[in-house]
Amino acid sequence: MSTPIATSVSGEKRYSVSVASRTNFYILAAGVIIFIILATLPLFGGTALTRRLVDFFTLLALAELWNLMVGYAGLLSAGQQGFIGIGSYTLWLFADKFGIHPFIAVIFAAIGGAIIALPAAALVFRLKGGYLAIGTWVIAETLRLIVANIKSTGGGSGITIQAASQLGTETRVPGAYWWALASALIAIVVTYLLLRSRTGLALKAMRDNDLAAESAGVNLWRSKMYTWVIAGAGCALVGAIVAIHLLRVQPAAAFHINWTAYLIFITVIGGMGTIEGPVIGTIIFYVLRETTSKYGTWYFIALGILAIVVTIWSPAGIYGYVIKKTNFMVFPLQRKLSVLDEGTAPAEIGTGAEKTAG
Amino acid sequence: MDWLNAAVQGILLGGLYALFAVGLSLVFGTMRLVNLAHGDLTIIPAYVALVIVGVAKFNAFYSIPIVMVIMFIVGYLLQRGVLNFVVVRGDIAGVIVTFGLSIVIANALQEGFTANSQGLDAGKIENLSITINERLAIGWLPLLIFVMALVVITLLQLFMNRTKMGRAFRAVSDDQEAARLMGINTRHIWAVAMGVALLIVSIGGVMMGIRTTFHPLLGADRLIFAFEAVIIGGMGSSWGTLLGGVILGMAQTLGARAFGSAWQILVGHVVFIIILALRPQGFLAKTVTA
Amino acid sequence: MSLLEIENVSVFYEDFQALYDLNIKIEEGEIFACIGANGAGKSTMLRTVAGVLFPRQGHILFDGTPIDNMPPHKRVELGISSVPEGRRVFPSLSVHENLLIGGYRNRKGPWTTDAVYELFPLLQPLKKRQASGLSGGEQQALAIGRALMANPRLILMDEVSLGLAPVVIKRIYEAFPILLQNGCTILVVEQDVQHVLTVATHVACFLEGRIALQGVPSDLTTEQITAAYFGV
Repeated sequence: MSTPIATSVSGEKRYSVSVASRTNFYILAAGVIIFIILATLPLFGGTALTRRLVDFFTLLALAELWNLMVGYAGLLSAGQQGFIGIGSYTLWLFADKFGIHPFIAVIFAAIGGAIIALPAAALVFRLKGGYLAIGTWVIAETLRLIVANIKSTGGGSGITIQAASQLGTETRVPGAYWWALASALIAIVVTYLLLRSRTGLALKAMRDNDLAAESAGVNLWRSKMYTWVIAGAGCALVGAIVAIHLLRVQPAAAFHINWTAYLIFITVIGGMGTIEGPVIGTIIFYVLRETTSKYGTWYFIALGILAIVVTIWSPAGIYGYVIKKTNFMVFPLQRKLSVLDEGTAPAEIGTGAEKTAG
Repeated sequence: MDWLNAAVQGILLGGLYALFAVGLSLVFGTMRLVNLAHGDLTIIPAYVALVIVGVAKFNAFYSIPIVMVIMFIVGYLLQRGVLNFVVVRGDIAGVIVTFGLSIVIANALQEGFTANSQGLDAGKIENLSITINERLAIGWLPLLIFVMALVVITLLQLFMNRTKMGRAFRAVSDDQEAARLMGINTRHIWAVAMGVALLIVSIGGVMMGIRTTFHPLLGADRLIFAFEAVIIGGMGSSWGTLLGGVILGMAQTLGARAFGSAWQILVGHVVFIIILALRPQGFLAKTVTA
Repeated sequence: MSLLEIENVSVFYEDFQALYDLNIKIEEGEIFACIGANGAGKSTMLRTVAGVLFPRQGHILFDGTPIDNMPPHKRVELGISSVPEGRRVFPSLSVHENLLIGGYRNRKGPWTTDAVYELFPLLQPLKKRQASGLSGGEQQALAIGRALMANPRLILMDEVSLGLAPVVIKRIYEAFPILLQNGCTILVVEQDVQHVLTVATHVACFLEGRIALQGVPSDLTTEQITAAYFGV
């Protein structure tokens, strides 16, 4: 369905600016069907498949959040593992210490992530670009060392989440699955809505040019803050789901830099600055890991090299390459300009693939 | 450990951090690239030395000049082959590529040399120390590392201020396009800068390999310590970087003295965070923006 | 053979075409002035000759040698040097160091630091000062001096009068004949038509990426130039 935002007449040509296209309507219909299948999957899919998909959706959610921060706000975080770890430990705190049901405690974990994100922002926003990335890494390391030095959390060797193991597989796995699916959907929907809003335009302007955006009256600091806190809460939410899923939380694993590596590689390879990119990236990552993990960490090395190659030679990623060739997006975020010649169907001249930052 | 002893060890440790940090800020200064693989690139020299010593069977100390030359070449080629394409593209590409490189190096070293800790043998010097009194002893090796930091920073300053190439480095740092218009091949200059940065970290990297052990996953900490030294000291100032390294080193050793060795690194981070909060431009900054 | 030949050159910024099929010939010893409104493509042409931008179509020949794909530093070696728009002196370097950077390629010729100080005596006492502390006029003199240090056969000057006081502009244009005497051809881009036409031996008026009018200034009427400048 073409949904014109505005039309105008200039000279002899009529223009129509629209966001979505008819094809997007069919995609939406297909999406609803896929969603129904995914939502009911634990009922018929079996435990093994459900477990794998928990992995898949948690990774997807993380990648979407990183994409939101970097692809749209230019916030280069290398410290998302800090929020994942905080989420895992907050879940343990609320579930085991305060006796809240683990599936509810997940929400508190997200709030915990947001609360940590606020003071962290005040610190790392003093840095820029690559130094901001290391700054976020320092925050994550600091959080890890604090947790590892607290005796009651089991210190460096970690702790088992009793409340989660008492749930039993038949409850725990589907519950974790639905939360994982929800977190991925939330990440996608939040990104979509945020980017369709005024703030979204501000974020894009900011990604393209800090100074220009600022002089156009965009409140950079607040926009960056929104994305940062949303991503922090989201990563903590995912950390909590991972903790329920694995039953055990350990500082070295929960705060591991590899988390950030996964989501950077996924986003970059799939296509930064689009919602679809991380979906494609997660599928590639997942398939590669499942098929080649018997060769040790080589798959990880290969992914790193692929991310480097993509960044240098095809910075819009795989999905960016696709839209460049076909001018089509599942989640239309760009305004397309159509020339409406009298009596003929709108010939899309589209804006094509947008430059991806970098 | 005595307090005074802890403080002295901290100062000496600061020299090591400064050696790592100078490379990081040299690269940032000439090409505005924050090299997230810098920490991992300080580990490679130790493995190169390990291979050399394994083949040539001599004291690990003698391998240092060879490692420096090799690492210069590695840095030059890395820059010309990969990073030059990234430098001109801005922060996002820079972070992604160098972060990817960091992960690749750490995992490749693990595949090649296992995750086990290794050491380099340099004979007696490893344990020799100057005993000031019964409470204070200064190890020869840490002292040597500190002195090397002073020497390297002095030589780097002379290079920057007195040589034609150093002048070109500063011109490129100021305005890379104008520098190209003046006939400077920025791609070459950047590659030399990366080569020099890795040559400098080789000194600290191999000496640390002699002093303690090393393994492939040390890179993250090394990167973070170098970064903290740069920010504490103030960007763009070599002596500031040394000061930053010393402050960080002392925070760590005194923290360990006060709370136990498990707290060493955490106290360092906390001091860094406090300084970032109160004095984000660092102590001896040349430029205010961080 | 002309010193510089631009043959059918088209230059793009991504999808935007900035120059259309441009043809220019510059002879040794000329002061070739390019005038035109903001965004007409003059600076793009200059940057393409300097090697910061590359043509998508067409060729650039310097003294008969094709230089289309040559990086800027090689062009400096051949004898093309630049006075970039906005002067772009190296702010953290001293005046003297800025001049030395200009001579980075060690091309032989009449220009030395002493010769530059003689041409612009105002720079002499500022030798050790950081370039960032200089006034606009001083920076412009330094930028020209720096370009001369490359001992160029062709010097590219982009908007040298922009933001300067008339008396300073006058002094800068007074230096042009001295440059010519020392074997340096000048390609100058200006929005300020008035001053440049007093010295130019040839003028090309740019309009929307094309040359709308060119010739010897004395042959052209003010009306012709105004028409070409504004495209009316």
